[in-house]
Amino acid sequence: MQVPWQHRAMDAGTPVDYIALTRAQYDELGYPPYQWAERPDTPPWTPLRAPMAESKVALIGSGGAYLSGQVAFHWKDDTGIRRIPTSEPATDIRVTHFAYDLVPAREDPNIVFPVDRLRELVDEGVIGGLAPTAIGCMGGIYSARRTTEDLAPAIVAEVVAMSDAGEADVALLVPV
Amino acid sequence: MPTICLTAARSITASVNPPRATFVDLPLGNTVGRPHDPEFQRDVLRRTFAAAEAMDQPGTITDLGVGWDSDGSWKRFATSTGVGSGDGGDDRRQRVEIPQYQYESDRLAAGG
Repeated sequence: MQVPWQHRAMDAGTPVDYIALTRAQYDELGYPPYQWAERPDTPPWTPLRAPMAESKVALIGSGGAYLSGQVAFHWKDDTGIRRIPTSEPATDIRVTHFAYDLVPAREDPNIVFPVDRLRELVDEGVIGGLAPTAIGCMGGIYSARRTTEDLAPAIVAEVVAMSDAGEADVALLVPV
Repeated sequence: MPTICLTAARSITASVNPPRATFVDLPLGNTVGRPHDPEFQRDVLRRTFAAAEAMDQPGTITDLGVGWDSDGSWKRFATSTGVGSGDGGDDRRQRVEIPQYQYESDRLAAGG
């Protein structure tokens, strides 16, 4: 489908506007506009507890990462999460998702689920530690209600437990 | 708990409005960087963590100044789901409640 030129970034410095691209695609197909999540109010704010070099990081990725041996995500509003140990190399991490090109991430899962990189940054002293478990989920969920009522609380519960156990001080979210 | 969110989709993140976000001008599906380029990926993360320390206004998106190539030529082929040929019609894949494994061996390993 030829997206109208107005929605393409016409110079190197302009970010691609995916909201505009999706709106154009849906218009072209005759569908009602996609309802993006909008949160205009000022978001809640928690200061960092310590400098990053002294902080343990919990990784949460929504690119559909799972560990070989776990059940893969399905693509129809799957609100499940997968707990992935961060001590292991990324070679056994798989990705599945319907809304992005999986080829690069299947070659190198770190580009959407950077466990190896985060371990290296612990060794470098950039971050104080990496939580032993990372959370994978599949962010392609059309139902905002199911995201808010099912997926988000499950992730929050995991992160709260990590914090209570002294395993995490800050959460890094990697969407796709 | 404090959070920091990466993004390669600036307008979507601006709409969602998380407390802290860092933007990378990379194709969808390559949020942390180029595949098989660990130093590129580490650089994205170092810049992200530095920005997390520097940001003090909720709703800030820090542009990390990271790009894919020198002229942004990949953007000419950008579609709503990443970079593709973009000349089909409805490229949304059919969605069913069946696990979509990367490898058949994964399905077997999961007991499927």
